[in-house]
Amino acid sequence: MDRVRDKVAIVSGAASGMGVEHVRALIREGAVVVGFDLTEGQGPMLVEELGSNRFQFLAGRSVTSASDWAEVVKHCQSTFGPPTVLVNNAGIFRSTRVESVSEDAYRSVIDVNQVGPFLGMQSVIAAMRYSGGGSIINICSTSGLVAFEDNFAYVASKWAVRGMTKAAALELAADSIRVNAVCPGETETPMLLNSNEPGTALPPESFPFGRWAKPEEIASAVVFLASDESSYMSGSELVVDGAYTAA
Amino acid sequence: MTQRLDGKIAVISGGASGMGVSHTRRMIHEGAKVVSFDLNKGAGPSLVEELGQDKLLFLRGDVRNADDWDRVVAAGRQHFGIPNVLVNNAGISPLQSLEKVTEEDYRRVIDINQVGTFLGMRALIPSLRENGGSIINIASTAALVAFADIFPYVASKWAVRGMTKAAALELASYGIRVNSVCPGDTDTPMIRSIADTPSGALPPADDLPFKRWAQPEEVSAAVVFLASNESSYMSGSEIVVDGAFTAQ
Repeated sequence: MDRVRDKVAIVSGAASGMGVEHVRALIREGAVVVGFDLTEGQGPMLVEELGSNRFQFLAGRSVTSASDWAEVVKHCQSTFGPPTVLVNNAGIFRSTRVESVSEDAYRSVIDVNQVGPFLGMQSVIAAMRYSGGGSIINICSTSGLVAFEDNFAYVASKWAVRGMTKAAALELAADSIRVNAVCPGETETPMLLNSNEPGTALPPESFPFGRWAKPEEIASAVVFLASDESSYMSGSELVVDGAYTAA
Repeated sequence: MTQRLDGKIAVISGGASGMGVSHTRRMIHEGAKVVSFDLNKGAGPSLVEELGQDKLLFLRGDVRNADDWDRVVAAGRQHFGIPNVLVNNAGISPLQSLEKVTEEDYRRVIDINQVGTFLGMRALIPSLRENGGSIINIASTAALVAFADIFPYVASKWAVRGMTKAAALELASYGIRVNSVCPGDTDTPMIRSIADTPSGALPPADDLPFKRWAQPEEVSAAVVFLASNESSYMSGSEIVVDGAFTAQ
């Protein structure tokens, strides 16, 4: 299992949900990974499971802090070498409507979901350029392709991620750095399962497949984009939504 | 070692040349059996020599003919078993403008690229329903944006993209996924033949972000991903393999 052998990956939001599965899938296919998150979550358990020679976890680091990103990249360099894969996975959901959302609430969603990935991309460019290339994977959403009610700030942040993905792809093509997005539909993760707020998620029955995605089904798209198999893909979105946006 | 396409039996149209050859090789390399057909023999027989009759069945057939599709499916079922993957790959791309194209030429492109894809999907449904399956329609960046002077091709590829989504909705309850792959400029005989360069050389790639065309294998990688169970929650979508061309 070596589709991403010799790749060095950084995964944000690695302590829970999709992040955990991205880490597992990348390591299963031969990569080494540095994961980080605000809280410990499943981080330490994952280190036990996967081995610290394959997976390093840093808690208490925020995607909204450029200096935290610099620390993560530095830790990666000194432990595994320069990163050649970045998975901008960390994200939050808040129920917000254009008419009533406070500026603070709006900014907090934009900070994590949009500014976070921007800072992340910036933090790895030099290392990837030095390595002769890399693959950046931004976890977007079907909310970056269409819109939903009660999702105002979230939709804004995800459309921004989709646009940034394309702009970065154009700017970094000359350095052989590919930039793509993955757009999951509703996926079985704590972010959705632990929220009762309006607009969090449509029930499984409302989908063509009659079910939500499993996080592993998103992780497999991440592995494909991280690997050299996708060597001519950049500026695109892999939509993993069970035909939801086809309607 | 479990291969990514273990247990997959794939039908592919236009398997005698270009991308079709590459998709066939890649799928077999990953453990699939392939039933390939084409209007012309092309590289078909030599591929069978190379890859083995226990892996590849090559037939003559015309995607525009529903009976040919039925014959190919029946032969595949008999030779390998029930297909669970379809790759609608056959296509032509003559340079024709709206103003000048004849109705006959327009219909010809639509027949092969669009109706052929429809007939293929319809012919494979009974087989794909049995154990679930994956349909992969080769579209194009010309299904996402438009280009001048290739009018029927653009029409046919937008149609393929739309049919992919409609079929995805209709076939979801059968456990059949339907997706398209949208390649940008790819180094194949078909594209070299319409490029306006001496001796079929590739035209310069200065206006491409990657400064080079795709190799067929880079498109085949997306076909393999969609054929495999790794893409189990993907349907109605496009995998765009265009080196950031449509990102502009």
